[in-house]
Amino acid sequence: MSGPSTYQPQNAFLKWFEARLPIMGLVHSSFVVYPTPKNLNYWWTFGAILSFMLGVQIITGIVLVMHYTPHVDMAFNSVEHIMRDVNYGWLLRYLHSNGASMFFIAVYVHMFRGLYYGSYKEPREVLWILGVIIYLLMMATGFLGYTLPWGQMSFWGATVITNFFSAIPIVGETVVTWLWGGYAVGNPTLQRFFSLHYLLPFVIAGVVVLHVWALHVAGQNNPTGVEMKPGQDSVPFTPHATIKDGFMVMLFCLFYAWFVFYIPNYLGHADNYIPANPGVTPTHIVPEWYYLPFYAILRAVPNKLAGVIALFGSIILLAFLPWLDTSRVKSATYRPLYKQFFWVFVLVCLGLGYLGSKPAEGGYVIAARILTAYYFLHFLIIMPLLGLIETPRPLPSSISEAVLKKAKVAATFLFVAAIGSAAFLNMPTKAFAQEGAHEAPKPPKNSWSFAGVFGKFDQGQLQRGFKVYKEVCQTCHGLSLLSFRNLADPGGPGFTEAQATAIAADYKVQDGPNDQGEMFERNARPADRFPPPTTWKNEAQARQLYNGTVPPDMSVLAKARGYERGFPLFLVDALPFFSYQEHGVDYVVALLKGYKDKAPAGVTIPAGGNYNEFFPGNSIAMPPPLTDGRVEYTDGTPNTVDQMSKDVAAFMMWAAEPKLEQRKRVGFQVMVFLAVFSLLMYFTKKKVWADAH
Amino acid sequence: MTSAEPTRRDFLYIATGTVGAVGAAAVAWPLISQMNPDASTIAAGAPIEVDLGPIAEGQVIKVFWRSKPIFISHRSKKEITEAQKVDVATLPDPQPDNKRVKEGHDQWLVVIGICTHLGCIPLAHQGDYDGWFCPCHGSQYDSSGRVRRGPAPANLPVPPYEFVSDTKIRIG
Repeated sequence: MSGPSTYQPQNAFLKWFEARLPIMGLVHSSFVVYPTPKNLNYWWTFGAILSFMLGVQIITGIVLVMHYTPHVDMAFNSVEHIMRDVNYGWLLRYLHSNGASMFFIAVYVHMFRGLYYGSYKEPREVLWILGVIIYLLMMATGFLGYTLPWGQMSFWGATVITNFFSAIPIVGETVVTWLWGGYAVGNPTLQRFFSLHYLLPFVIAGVVVLHVWALHVAGQNNPTGVEMKPGQDSVPFTPHATIKDGFMVMLFCLFYAWFVFYIPNYLGHADNYIPANPGVTPTHIVPEWYYLPFYAILRAVPNKLAGVIALFGSIILLAFLPWLDTSRVKSATYRPLYKQFFWVFVLVCLGLGYLGSKPAEGGYVIAARILTAYYFLHFLIIMPLLGLIETPRPLPSSISEAVLKKAKVAATFLFVAAIGSAAFLNMPTKAFAQEGAHEAPKPPKNSWSFAGVFGKFDQGQLQRGFKVYKEVCQTCHGLSLLSFRNLADPGGPGFTEAQATAIAADYKVQDGPNDQGEMFERNARPADRFPPPTTWKNEAQARQLYNGTVPPDMSVLAKARGYERGFPLFLVDALPFFSYQEHGVDYVVALLKGYKDKAPAGVTIPAGGNYNEFFPGNSIAMPPPLTDGRVEYTDGTPNTVDQMSKDVAAFMMWAAEPKLEQRKRVGFQVMVFLAVFSLLMYFTKKKVWADAH
Repeated sequence: MTSAEPTRRDFLYIATGTVGAVGAAAVAWPLISQMNPDASTIAAGAPIEVDLGPIAEGQVIKVFWRSKPIFISHRSKKEITEAQKVDVATLPDPQPDNKRVKEGHDQWLVVIGICTHLGCIPLAHQGDYDGWFCPCHGSQYDSSGRVRRGPAPANLPVPPYEFVSDTKIRIG
């Protein structure tokens, strides 16, 4: 961006156009001939990865909005409609939800790169501050987006975050009411959050343009922190940086695809598959993993207003970093003392993230207070002091002189592992309505035909499970998101269209009004959804019949349940070969088998409750639904409680995720493609860079 | 170093570029496909049955199938004769009446009630041909739903339907 472009088009039309709107020249000078330091390592590719992810989120978001309904009565079901009925809807949804996590992983790597190499220092202060602004906008966008599915976490996260503003003295409550558009989080809130969630990514895009502009004025920093001299130190951006960025983007996509296709709900929270209930708060509210360090800071401070100030302060503080860091030397490579404090700071952030996922009790609170204090200490005391007292190593006179390749590679992979594990470590705990997570035993792991990379449903099992549902569960539990035609869909129980039509005809649905103006009942057709249970008409009646409880709909129940795996198992669960996604169904099986005639000594079950070993709190309103021989199987499978539990749980898994088989099949094709393409990109990159070295 | 023949380097670049293009197409496909009617919309377009009993002679009713209005006309003798006597060759869109009704049921006309000009719904029992008149741009249809006058290029289309009994049809 310094001086007029050197671009001279040959073509007559292009010359004419360029004279009127020199956009090609702009692109040419900014992204083709733009001098890039030739010693940049792979940490410098995350800017391109972030731009790529912003594009992915915007495109998938726009496409999702074509099918989403931002109304409290319809939002949850519209998301399930996307997952079940819209062509590739499941893919678009998982791309968007996991894309948000990927976006944050990349931004944290990008920010820590800046912290390590001093990329915020003169003359890049405004560049850095624009970055902090982008980060704040990302946090706002992520929060707004998470409310849209209108699950339990969506609703209660919205309540908690908007309540931050009630900490403001005098005007706090007014501000909160203004944000809500009502007396509590409700439909006005959801609709305005939807509007803002659509808006902010474009604001981010605008600030990104400013960010890249500011970057191009100053030029890139580089691993030595010694400013690039024109000529020998640089290579043209295209093809060198373009291909290197492109290669890393592909590797990043490989990582991203693993989540989307094989562990799509890993970074999420099962409670968000429970439709929002303004009357019941989940026992352990946690935000998404990327907010957890700040959540820990908020809860560490015992005062409401001070906690909110600490939370926002911990981010705003970043903007002052160019002035807090007094060192003349930019890169931590040449700052032996700062380097150590940097890694300590990384660990502190990871630790805060972990603590954010834990309940605010006992030792966790003490640890959070220590780490919060250290976080502020790092910026306010350590950074200013270090610059004054540290003796830096001698700097190279130029980039060309510096030879750093070998040390970088090891550090690179270590750091990626550290940041990647931030996502895992900061994952919300899977503690569902558990009063004390340590009290409920862990459900045993079962082996499922649909588990793993090549998992498929066992059609016989799904058909048996459907029979159990029909004869046992259906009386009280709805399946309202499924249509009878789904029974004949590929990847399901494998009924024929004729069989599905016959099954449907067994059910009665309400229709009308007829020409006389009256509602009437008719036999269901394949296009109809499963009708609600006949035993209760509304929640009030259900509570009266079932000891104050409402039997939950079973459509997504297998994804709405689970259990905490604990450290380090929950890290292992994400890895290839060890991946474990079946928490929900294992919990369901354990629950169905977990009834005991008598509660153990010392445990009292209130009147109307039944003792169950695995139900949180041990007292469940549902009496044991299964006994040996309860449902007759026509295929010769023994109808034990164990077998029936597994069959109905498998059926529930299909009901919750009917596109599971397609997801894993497409996933395999995508992973193979990305692996091949990454390899090609790698060799291309090596060829392109062979000239430069 | 220039060479007239493609080098190994060129082959690599071409291979990468080609695989990249395939990838781009594979990414584009779901984004395009998601706009097609989804499974629930397609399922809702399943055939419907209509009871003809309550429809009096000379009456036209409107039902919806696949979100489109369907005119079901219980034609009077006059309307049937008029439709059959027209010289087909003079019609803008030539089609004999017997091709537009089911054999043995020529008192029943079932057509999609969307003007073939630009999509408005024509009004029944209006116009000069004992048929329909479209108020948007003045197209006129006769008692067989065939276009007679105006900018509409084609007759009102006949949807797929069959008689399941003398008094009931299934559309779709």
